[in-house]
Amino acid sequence: MKFSHELIEKNIGLLGIFTVIAISFGGLVQITPLLFQKDTTEPVEGLKPYNALQIEGRDIYVREGCYNCHSQMIRPLRAETERYGHYSVAGESVWDHPFQWGSKRTGPDLARVGGRYSDKWHEVHLIDPRAVVPQSNMPAYPWLAENTLDGKLTRQKMEILSNFHPEHNLYTEEELAGAQKAVEGKTELEALIAYLQSLGHALK
Amino acid sequence: MIMSNFWSIWISVLTIIVIAGCAFILYKMSKNNTGIDEGESMGHSFDGIEELNNPLPKWWSYMFYITIVFGIVYLVMYPGLGNYKGLFGWTSSNQSVRSIEESKAAVEAAKAENRLSQYDREVAHAEEQYGPIFDAYLATPLEELVKNEEALKVGGRLFLQNCAQCHGSDARGSKGFPNLTDGAWLYGGELADIKTTLMNGRNGMMPPKGGLPIEDSELEGLAEYVVKLSGGEHDAALAAQGQGSFMKGCFACHGMDGTGNKFMGAPNLTDDAWVYGGSRGAIIESIQYGRSGVMPAWKDILGEEKVHVITAYVYSLSNK
Repeated sequence: MKFSHELIEKNIGLLGIFTVIAISFGGLVQITPLLFQKDTTEPVEGLKPYNALQIEGRDIYVREGCYNCHSQMIRPLRAETERYGHYSVAGESVWDHPFQWGSKRTGPDLARVGGRYSDKWHEVHLIDPRAVVPQSNMPAYPWLAENTLDGKLTRQKMEILSNFHPEHNLYTEEELAGAQKAVEGKTELEALIAYLQSLGHALK
Repeated sequence: MIMSNFWSIWISVLTIIVIAGCAFILYKMSKNNTGIDEGESMGHSFDGIEELNNPLPKWWSYMFYITIVFGIVYLVMYPGLGNYKGLFGWTSSNQSVRSIEESKAAVEAAKAENRLSQYDREVAHAEEQYGPIFDAYLATPLEELVKNEEALKVGGRLFLQNCAQCHGSDARGSKGFPNLTDGAWLYGGELADIKTTLMNGRNGMMPPKGGLPIEDSELEGLAEYVVKLSGGEHDAALAAQGQGSFMKGCFACHGMDGTGNKFMGAPNLTDDAWVYGGSRGAIIESIQYGRSGVMPAWKDILGEEKVHVITAYVYSLSNK
């Protein structure tokens, strides 16, 4: 059969295959090489894996949709680095599956929020943001202080994270064994604060 | 980012093939190769609508050609094809740094070779403009700086950006976050004290019940005694009982007379300034569960020159 327009136009499956091939070139050029770059797959110096409580906190961060209003990506623009600190680099996000870069800032960037405020401030602020920042339009998250964690899945979460990085020894057997105990009985608020306080120390 | 030759070639070849392919298809499709004259019927119709052999719109194909030319010019001037750096040697930032030290080294190296990234140029430009101003502030003793209206204004701006989240935009604080305008200081209100607090941060260290063998039943009396110390109306008998408990060891930090100790951040109990509230309930809570307010260190985040200016501003709030 002669290869012609007509052949493709009248065969929707073939058209679909060719469409996928055509648009995959962009991904082949822009995405595939990144999967093999040290810059994007190797952690920066001193990047610590999330401990048991932090990993639970991170899941709460995701559950509550914090990324909808907070980015974790400081762009290389002076206006941003003056406020937030050194711009983010790819090696800081390697333990994140998925990354929490976000795409919108209703609230401030959180990439380097760790250590910027006291635990107590986070506690007051998460339960009622307007108690400390009257102008804030952030919602209150009072239930975080009431819900406690049982830590049943914590070990599994840590194992999954370390399975993503078999070349790095993320956790010792001791840490894995103690995971549930480290988390059990802690409130979601404590976990989330532990996570927030862990952010961005590597390049500070 | 430097990638291996394989990926560099992979990117370059694919990109060039795609651009050339687009140009080829566009050129090919601009020609009439159907064997039917332009404007004539293609020989099929649906529901009375006939397809005619019309050429591609000229405006559309010209735009496409312009896009291709733009793409080629861009790829020659800017980095896009693998490791090729482009005619201008332009980069947005030093994305491959793995630590702060590497970041600083990368900037220095780029400066020496006069190929600063766009971000670093932006920073260098700002440094040229604002650097001397802050250097001059830093060189001015704080005692002088507090008289400099301009410096206080700058300090006020920095305060709003970095300190207002806890201490409030009016610097009056809120429960757990000290009021900076009332002249009461946990760690001392001299210029040097304030600067130390800002630079290195502070860690409050009041354990539950001061770490002393104090029974829950004694709390009420202690609170009454604290109210008495601060000059409030009180029950004399209960306060006397509280004074006994106070002597179990509270004086070690708060002083025999209750005026506190700035080296431990132990508050003065004889004034009417309260970080955690001065009601009997709040005082009992403070004693029972302890308090450990944390002031983060700002040395690394802001740098000494900005801390210096903020110090002057904070001092000015209670020393008009």
